[in-house]
Amino acid sequence: MSDEFTNGTEIEVRGLNLWYGTNHALHDISIDIPKNSVTAFIGPSGCGKSTFLRCLNRMNDLIPGCRIEGKVNISSQDIYNKDVDVVDLRKKVGMVFQKPNPFPMSIHDNVAYGPRIHGAAKKEIGGIVEYALRSGALWDEVSGRLSTSALDLSGGQQQRLCIARTLAVKPEVILFDEPCSSLDPISTSKIEDLILELKKQYTIVIVTHNMQQAARISDHTAFFLLGDLIEFGRTEQIFESPQKKETEDYITGRFG
Amino acid sequence: MFQNAKINEKIAFSLLRMAMGLVVLFVLVILYYIISNGYSVISLEFLTSMPAKRMTAGGIYPALVGTIYLIIGSMAFALPMGILAAVYLNEYAKPGKVTWLIEMAISNLAGTPSVVFGLFGLAMFVKYLGFGPSVLAASLTLALLILPVIIRASQEALITVPREYREASLALGVTKWQTIRRVVLPAAIPGMVTGAILSVGRVAGETAPILLTGAAYFLPRLPESAFSQFMALPYHLFVLATAGTNIAQTRPIQYGTALVLLIIVLGVNLFAIAIRNHYRKKMHR
Amino acid sequence: MFKRNGMEKGIESLLFISAVAAVLALFLLCIFLFRDGILLFRDYPLSSFLTEKSWYPTSINPRFGLLPLLLGSVIVTVGAIVFAVPLGIAAAIYISELASPRVADILKPFTEILAGIPSVVFGFFGLVVLVPYIQDAFDLRTGQIALTGSIILGIMALPTIISISEDAISSVPRSIKEGSLALGSTKWQTIHKVTVPAALSGISAAVMLGIGRAIGETMTVMMVTGNTAIIPGFPSGLFEPVRTMTATIALEMGEVPQGSDHFHALFAIGSVLFITTFIINIVAGHIKTRYKFKL
Ligand SMILES: Nc1ncnc2c1ncn2[C@@H]1O[C@H](COP(=O)(O)OP(=O)(O)O)[C@@H](O)[C@H]1O
Ligand SMILES: [Mg+2]
Repeated sequence: MSDEFTNGTEIEVRGLNLWYGTNHALHDISIDIPKNSVTAFIGPSGCGKSTFLRCLNRMNDLIPGCRIEGKVNISSQDIYNKDVDVVDLRKKVGMVFQKPNPFPMSIHDNVAYGPRIHGAAKKEIGGIVEYALRSGALWDEVSGRLSTSALDLSGGQQQRLCIARTLAVKPEVILFDEPCSSLDPISTSKIEDLILELKKQYTIVIVTHNMQQAARISDHTAFFLLGDLIEFGRTEQIFESPQKKETEDYITGRFG
Repeated sequence: MFQNAKINEKIAFSLLRMAMGLVVLFVLVILYYIISNGYSVISLEFLTSMPAKRMTAGGIYPALVGTIYLIIGSMAFALPMGILAAVYLNEYAKPGKVTWLIEMAISNLAGTPSVVFGLFGLAMFVKYLGFGPSVLAASLTLALLILPVIIRASQEALITVPREYREASLALGVTKWQTIRRVVLPAAIPGMVTGAILSVGRVAGETAPILLTGAAYFLPRLPESAFSQFMALPYHLFVLATAGTNIAQTRPIQYGTALVLLIIVLGVNLFAIAIRNHYRKKMHR
Repeated sequence: MFKRNGMEKGIESLLFISAVAAVLALFLLCIFLFRDGILLFRDYPLSSFLTEKSWYPTSINPRFGLLPLLLGSVIVTVGAIVFAVPLGIAAAIYISELASPRVADILKPFTEILAGIPSVVFGFFGLVVLVPYIQDAFDLRTGQIALTGSIILGIMALPTIISISEDAISSVPRSIKEGSLALGSTKWQTIHKVTVPAALSGISAAVMLGIGRAIGETMTVMMVTGNTAIIPGFPSGLFEPVRTMTATIALEMGEVPQGSDHFHALFAIGSVLFITTFIINIVAGHIKTRYKFKL
């Protein structure tokens, strides 16, 4: 399959199973996610989209009772290998959450947080912050008030701040978990434009329950149902000529 | 029948109101007695002079200083210990036997009578470790007494830090400890400070434990070192009120001492509440 | 990378040690308390300690009978609970169900003032105000009796009972209350048929903790109950001076030679006190977790 991808494969998953305690939440998932493009995960809520996404930067390690089997390679490196440092992995694979979650600090300090901890020199920080805020399409709105609290921003601005905060760490992959689900339509379209811009430099995976959104911004789409990956392919193909009955039923609106 | 229910309700509600009124009355009466009888006694002189004429005159200086030493001494042990323990329990501990044991120990320490802590302090710090009756022995005893208070308050403060902050930081490739230090602790500090301040009030007011570990009936000087005996406000009040040379004659001094204690304890409580409200406003801006 | 992991591990160990210190503290407390307590039974039989009816620690033939002190503690505590539990629960119901949120916000910290007042100040207040009052009111030889101790201890237990009961009552889901009101019950019927029963285990935990607080209180009882070590009658003993376990330890420890039987007897009393409150804590904790699952 990977021959189709013009830029090659970034994330390669083989036979991934996940249990929350005794709840078998992901069944034998295998997928290849292409580099420098947008891949969308769709499916009814509770089908395991977030769970799968969180496997890709090992955020599930934080959940007690969560057990994972199978292989996940990112840039050809097995991320569940014992020698892999999760902290380094998460630097490389950034994540933006469903609900904007800025820290209770100034706008500047939010963006500077990652680089500072990762040891950027003091004099570089200003440049990194500006670069990240510009790439996050927020610079024009906040450049005059970088030292005010991030909590004073609107929801949409907060979410773009979180994206900028992620960009400041210079990741290669960015995972988005329903980034627009708590935002108004105008903020949503700003973030969609931003994602289309970002895919030139980053590999992007986005979970969305909004099929129009998946259709608008993604190059490839994966459809999940009850912990199974039902179908994966080019977005036009998934939406126009789904191969599986379940996919078609979902696309045509027979699932909630 | 419905009429009946209405009447019952009226009666019941007036009883509830009366009960509440009674509780409020208790608070007011106690405060009234101590304040009205004590305020004319308190002066700078009273706070800064030594007791005189076998404690029937003069001030409470050594007792005040002794209490301050105890506060500093016990906080120096209990505060770092309590905060670190709370961080472990909230951020690192996994449910299991060890965690259960730690939680159980904390709850039981919290419910152990203060006089039992006094016995323990006497047996361990005064006798076994050979500190003698001293500021050090009493401070350590009080530190154990307030340790559970500080741990619980700190845990509560940590719980209120949203999980999203932790996730956001970890997802940026920041280590767990750095996440705690840079994001979680700063957000939890106001709550922790509140808990710490409340336990200052507790230290200032406890009598039984220090009675057994080094409080002196009377000392004409300040403690010279951590191994000296000391006077303290609550014990001083107890002595004057029950065993002094002339109980009736020292009554004003007793009221004055009681009021100073009350001011320390309630002042500290008000201060803690003010801090909490201040930060709460800041967080919800 | 290795260095970073090493530091993370080191910090986790440091934190773990701090937390385990609480276990160590409790462990040492038991060891030191019981060790000095058990030494009594070298010279004095355990059976006498448990059944002897008098406490004459300093006579030539000393008797170290637990009973008068234990029953002294019990009668004062029972008196306090009988007085404080209904009052505290009523106040808690008032705060959570009747008072407007604004009034409740004032009442809560106001009752918390009681929790802040040091026990020696309560004792002092009892001694100078309540003792003479009780003496006059009941025309007694002395006002330093069990009842006086019960009243002051009851007042001291109020904030514990009120705040925990209030928590329990407020956490009863609104939907349950509304369900009852929608059936045409009055507000009071809803409170005593639905809300309070639903909060009952939380309230019981509050009562247990109130008992624990009262039984362990030292300075107050020592200052107002007269400290006579005789087995109290019930309920007539409420009007006579009594001596509690806590007061005995605080009163006598200053005068005993260290290492004497008397010294060890006081530790034995302390051990009994510790075991009693330990059991109360366990039971209260158990009730509390059970009710958490239920809601
Ligand atoms: N932290 C967790 N602990 C236990 N079960 C979980 C947890 N998170 C999700 N689940 C379960 O895993 C399944 C998939 O959930 P999720 O990945 O959140 O779905 P989606 O994001 O597609 O809505 C659900 O059945 C959910 O109940
Ligand atoms: Mg989800």
